[in-house]
Amino acid sequence: MRRLGGVLALAALLAVVAVAGGAVPSFPEVRPGAALAFPGDEGAHPDFRTEWWYVTGWLKTETGAPLGFQVTFFRTRPAVDAANPSAFAARELIIAHAALSDPAKPRALHAERIARAVFGLASAATGRTAVALGDWRLTSADAGFAATVSAEDFSFDLSLARRLPVMPNGEHGYSRKGPAVTSASWYYSIPGLAVAGHLVRNGRAEAVTGEAWLDHEWSSAYLDPTSVGWDWLGLNLEGGGALMAFRIRDATGGAHWAGGSLRSADGVVRVLDPAEVAFVPGRVWRSAHTGIRWPVEWTVRAGPLTLSLEPLFDDQESDSRLTTGAVYWEGAVTARGPAGPLGKGYLELTGYGEPLKLR
Amino acid sequence: MSALARVRVALAVLAAQLSDRPERLLVTIGAIALGIALTVSVTLVNGSAAEEFGRATRALTGSADLVIDGGRAGFDEALYPTLARRAEVAVASPVLETELAVAAGGTLTVLGIDPFLAGRLQPTLYGDLASHFTGLLGANAIVLSAAAAKALNLGRGGLLTVQLGREERRLEVIDVLPASAYPRALGIMDLGSAQWTLNRLGRLTRLELRLAPGADTARFLASLRLPADTLVARGSDVEGRGASLRRAYYANLDMLALVALLTGGFLVFATQALSTLRRRGQFALLRALGVTRGEVTLAVVLEGALVGFVGGLLGTALGWLIARLALEHFGGDLGAGFAAGPGTPLAAPVATLGAFVALGVVVAAVSSWLPARRVAALAPARALKGGDPEFALVTAGGRRLGIGLLLGGAAIAFAPAVGGLPLAGYLSIALLLFGAVLLVPTFARLVLGRLPQRFGPIGRLALAQLQGTVAESAVSLAAIVVSFSLMVSMAIMVHSFRDSFERWLGEVLPADLYVRVAPGSDTVMLGEADGGTIAAIPGVERAELRRLVPILLAPDRPPVALIARRLDRAAIDALPLIARAATIGVDLPVVYVSEAIGDLYHVEPGGRLSLPLGGAAHAVIVGGIWRDYARSAGTVLIDRNIYRDWTHDEGATDAALWLKRGVSATAVGQELGRRLGLGASLELIETTDLKARSLAAFDRAFTITYLLEAIAVAIGLAGVGFAFASTALARRAEFGVLRHLGCSARQLRLLLAGEGALVGALGALYGLLVGGLLSLVLVYVVNRQSFHWSLDFVVPVGQLTLVALALTLAAATTARLAARSVLGEGAVRAAREDW
Repeated sequence: MRRLGGVLALAALLAVVAVAGGAVPSFPEVRPGAALAFPGDEGAHPDFRTEWWYVTGWLKTETGAPLGFQVTFFRTRPAVDAANPSAFAARELIIAHAALSDPAKPRALHAERIARAVFGLASAATGRTAVALGDWRLTSADAGFAATVSAEDFSFDLSLARRLPVMPNGEHGYSRKGPAVTSASWYYSIPGLAVAGHLVRNGRAEAVTGEAWLDHEWSSAYLDPTSVGWDWLGLNLEGGGALMAFRIRDATGGAHWAGGSLRSADGVVRVLDPAEVAFVPGRVWRSAHTGIRWPVEWTVRAGPLTLSLEPLFDDQESDSRLTTGAVYWEGAVTARGPAGPLGKGYLELTGYGEPLKLR
Repeated sequence: MSALARVRVALAVLAAQLSDRPERLLVTIGAIALGIALTVSVTLVNGSAAEEFGRATRALTGSADLVIDGGRAGFDEALYPTLARRAEVAVASPVLETELAVAAGGTLTVLGIDPFLAGRLQPTLYGDLASHFTGLLGANAIVLSAAAAKALNLGRGGLLTVQLGREERRLEVIDVLPASAYPRALGIMDLGSAQWTLNRLGRLTRLELRLAPGADTARFLASLRLPADTLVARGSDVEGRGASLRRAYYANLDMLALVALLTGGFLVFATQALSTLRRRGQFALLRALGVTRGEVTLAVVLEGALVGFVGGLLGTALGWLIARLALEHFGGDLGAGFAAGPGTPLAAPVATLGAFVALGVVVAAVSSWLPARRVAALAPARALKGGDPEFALVTAGGRRLGIGLLLGGAAIAFAPAVGGLPLAGYLSIALLLFGAVLLVPTFARLVLGRLPQRFGPIGRLALAQLQGTVAESAVSLAAIVVSFSLMVSMAIMVHSFRDSFERWLGEVLPADLYVRVAPGSDTVMLGEADGGTIAAIPGVERAELRRLVPILLAPDRPPVALIARRLDRAAIDALPLIARAATIGVDLPVVYVSEAIGDLYHVEPGGRLSLPLGGAAHAVIVGGIWRDYARSAGTVLIDRNIYRDWTHDEGATDAALWLKRGVSATAVGQELGRRLGLGASLELIETTDLKARSLAAFDRAFTITYLLEAIAVAIGLAGVGFAFASTALARRAEFGVLRHLGCSARQLRLLLAGEGALVGALGALYGLLVGGLLSLVLVYVVNRQSFHWSLDFVVPVGQLTLVALALTLAAATTARLAARSVLGEGAVRAAREDW
């Protein structure tokens, strides 16, 4: 599964247009039984309604100060009339989000872009990872990826080297999100990416290193209407393991569906079924910007693991109501077990303000 | 007694005097209030219109640094990716602007935009759209501004039927913007749907650019290879477009309002001058009591300031009210037809209102200061004796100054405009006016001295009285002269304009019937086939198709009208040409331009002009300059065959029809409507009807002018009335003596009426002379520089004669009425009073 309430909200809005519009494009369903094929599946899947590449990670500056970063590219297919011959017809939209969590700042910094994929000014290539929106891009490079973002408050230029193999989530990449079998996505993660590059803050460039996580997911249908949001966690575990866990909440706050993947240091992946994943909220932080109360500390049980999560700092809320219509919390977290530190990664919380309207 | 106490005593004495004559106080306050009210209302209306205009252009321009403008024809969309990729460009927002024909009649400006890009440049206008852009992506989806929704009477979910060629299409109003987003009528579509739905695939009309921080604008511009029919405008240029004409219009109104204020100021001056003169006994007494010269002056000035404050307060309130009503009912242009319509919100900053109250105080204080100084300067002993009636408005020095001002005013009149405004012209008017006022006594002596003495004893008495008090009458005369001469000058200007306009209408409308389709729209045109259809209608002798298209000749000017029509020898000869060049042997196409083109783009007959058409810049020769009162931004006439060669645009916006003798235009029009079948988009105008409508529109535009004039004259007359009332009071003893000598009350009334008539006639005569002089400046300088069209100077002799007679009569009546109380039974008793 993954991410971004915003894009789901967007997809829902696009569905509304589909009803009002003329010739509606049809979208392929996600069904179990097939498997992912690489490197082809690292590129875009233009037929599907929505797709995203999501990079999150921890950085360290030369002085050793910790930072969190996130860069995401989405592509969605609005239901514009397929007969429209205009070069500007919005057959595909590219949306990009970037964030920098700097504990020295009162809140995480954000930037976002949105553009229609026309004249090659914004694009998502097939066959290999190459998504771009103006001078923002995420592309496959020699031994991994390169991510470039330049916003008003910050910019970065990072190389992400692969050290671990791809981790398909669910059944060979088929990741189920709810009771209906078609309520699902194709989904894989690449944990343990080694980061090196440059970060510019306040007009000053500095070298950074760190460890990141890439998610790539595509689908045409996600949640049923009773879902209000979800909690997601991706952790690079100490010693080379990885954990992805999520749960989808219903209106009562209970788990509607849940799942995850736990890979040990030796590369064995254990697929977690709904009963094996539990998210228990701890300390709550109230956002002064939106008034939303976010549980920022958690106890998470995932298979054999029990972790307590602590945020890098509280205010990692992201208000993207202008581009995707959602407010979510996306932040760097550290995980501890009874025996000490277990790993570092990112936590995503959605649907804590208004429920996501997915009709 | 301390200085403060002395001033207080002085004020108390003056106040007792004033409360003795409440009507005098009321007239003075009223005069100030009226003058201020007019100035306030014109300034507020102007300010509100400017505010609204500025808000609209700021919302449209947003933070764009540069606009690449391809006019209505636009340019190939391939330019967009080229520019969007440039490193110097932070945001490039492509726009397709279309004037859409609404099936129910009229047009709607529709901007096809990419909300993600436009939202970054124009957040005020599009900020709201980005959050629900998905709805906008529908092929027939449109968002309306609040003003458009109101004008079209549509809300969210409503259907807007538009005319695209011969077809109708329904657009769905998916949302209405809040009124704060944009004050005018506007439709917004997604660029992709606009190109498709409005049949403009592959075209853009504008590219709005925000440059990256630190980008070198000049170098970037130099490196661009743009199509020849595009212009690059800076954001500030776009805001400047259209502002100059509006500024000129309001400068004219502002001037009129200031005239009213000036007249009011004169009236205060006259009031204060006469009343100080009347009260010089009190002043002398005060001086004898030890009040110093400066303290007397201060007391009088304070008295004036208080009157000014009350008048200013009342006037400001009244002006605010007038402005509100005017905006509500006529709109920011007061019905002149180039600014937003009724309902423009009133912008009335408190600081501005406060400044006007202060202006009232200053005008009144200054008007009191001059006479106060003079009275205070009199030796108390002499003043107490009651003699020394000499109180000259002007001295010999004043006469020299007056002549100097007249000469100066004449000398600077013809200086060029400053920033599109005829500032030198206005200054010249002010100098001429002040000069003329300073020469009023000279003129009065000159005329009165030459009048024949054969009007019987009463006539001789009236004449003698005026001759003996030239200095005093000069003050009330000045108030008449100021208001009347300005009225005369405006009347001559408006009459010249109307006369020229009427003749011009005859010249530019030679055909019998005109047909227009969705005037101004880009989406409905007449084709060649329609031309055939029209020509085949029985009764039509000849029909000619025309294409009117707005084109941009300079980035900081509003678009000019390019009219492509038949331009053969006969058609050229029929134009209202005012200058012509020999065009034989010229190897470039010849165009004929309006005066505004000549003025604003600095071309003369025989000169060259470059027209951006059909993707290229075409050099043409200006064959002549003609008058166009319809379009002050400028008009270029070109032969339609040349236009079609250059643009491959076969469409036409108008057709002119010449009918066979005796054929009814109405019948042909009906048949034409049936055969063309364009519904409400088709507009048929019979020439006679058009002329009548044009003249009505002309008169409407000048209504406000007439109103301001009338008020100025009324203020002047009030001054006359007050002067006579005041004089009559002082002359009670004289009237008493006359009664004792056997004069009947009727004869006394006749005497006063005669004096009033003489003053009125003097004022009217002098006003006519001065007004004639001012009108020359208005016609040849102010009007020409403001609106870029010339007028033939025509004097409305009959009208002016009537008004001059009316003024004389009104002055006589006013004088008689004003003195009524004095002529009653008290007159006989008055002779016994010891003066």
